[in-house]
Amino acid sequence: MRAVVEITVTLDGQPHSLPVGTTLACLVALLGHPPAGVSTALNGVFVPRGQRDDRVLAESDAVLLFQPIVGG
Amino acid sequence: MLRESLIDLDDAWQVGDVTLNSRFLLGSAGYPSPQVLRDAILAAQTQVVTVGLKRTLAAAGDNGFIAIVRQVLCETGARLLPNTAGCRSAREAVQLAHMAREFYDTPWIKLEVVGDEHTLQPDPFELLGAATQLVRDGFTVFPYCTDDLVTCRRLLDAGCPLLMPWGAPIGSGQGLLNPFALRTLRERLPDATLIIDAGIGAPSHAAQALELGFDAVLLNSAVAQAREPVAMARAFRLAIDAGRTARRAGVMAPQDFAVASTPVGGEPLLLGAAP
Repeated sequence: MRAVVEITVTLDGQPHSLPVGTTLACLVALLGHPPAGVSTALNGVFVPRGQRDDRVLAESDAVLLFQPIVGG
Repeated sequence: MLRESLIDLDDAWQVGDVTLNSRFLLGSAGYPSPQVLRDAILAAQTQVVTVGLKRTLAAAGDNGFIAIVRQVLCETGARLLPNTAGCRSAREAVQLAHMAREFYDTPWIKLEVVGDEHTLQPDPFELLGAATQLVRDGFTVFPYCTDDLVTCRRLLDAGCPLLMPWGAPIGSGQGLLNPFALRTLRERLPDATLIIDAGIGAPSHAAQALELGFDAVLLNSAVAQAREPVAMARAFRLAIDAGRTARRAGVMAPQDFAVASTPVGGEPLLLGAAP
């Protein structure tokens, strides 16, 4: 049996492959965002910046990244 | 000192322990350029500017608008008011509020939970649930609500320090569609801070809100979509000041019949004078 080396998460609604063991903080960095450049949610729940290192992503996790925009 | 001057002074209002002098809260969306937005904020002399959060793929960059908002707020000392626009449930709104607090570093949140896609009418049940949770979580909640008195009471009971009832549906520019309900809110909640949010299209609408006794107005489209947004921001500022001053000065009660203003004694001056 081959070891699983990749997982697929949903990133902002799109499938996205990642190495096993990738944390949320790593994903933010891999995407080129500074840590304070986005807010994050995992499976619909807000993950504070300080907890991203502890959140190892799993198969089928849904990750949402939010950034600031103008608003009324 | 003239009595008139006393009306102009000492008219600050509070949100928690924050003192505000401007009664004009301005939205930052839909401006033709960051520079126009900056100039509109300055012309409005606002102390509160609303912003949002959006999923990264959908946002696709903001062309420098947020940077200019942060810059001008640094210069003026104005504050950010993030919103939860686009949320359809209490759960969504609570999560987005937490993200906004982290991102913008403020406990203030303009709580929007929409219950109808056509009118963008707030969902009172989800709104109250979200407000209750967010107050527990330490937020200062600015709930965007309808003019329903009982809902408003429940939101105050939940710990919201103020209410933001709509004047008309968001972006419609129709003005105060239900002055009776708004007047009732003011009369039944005399100690509550009330801000008209949404539906204001013209400076006269804003003046009317202040004349009715509302404490402030929040608007966006009416300025952003004007042919000259900066001039319109100034027009709103002047109208808001006029409405507030009129409220404090005491608007006369309407009368059902004509009441002569010139004390001529009830007789036409020249009657019977002709030979």
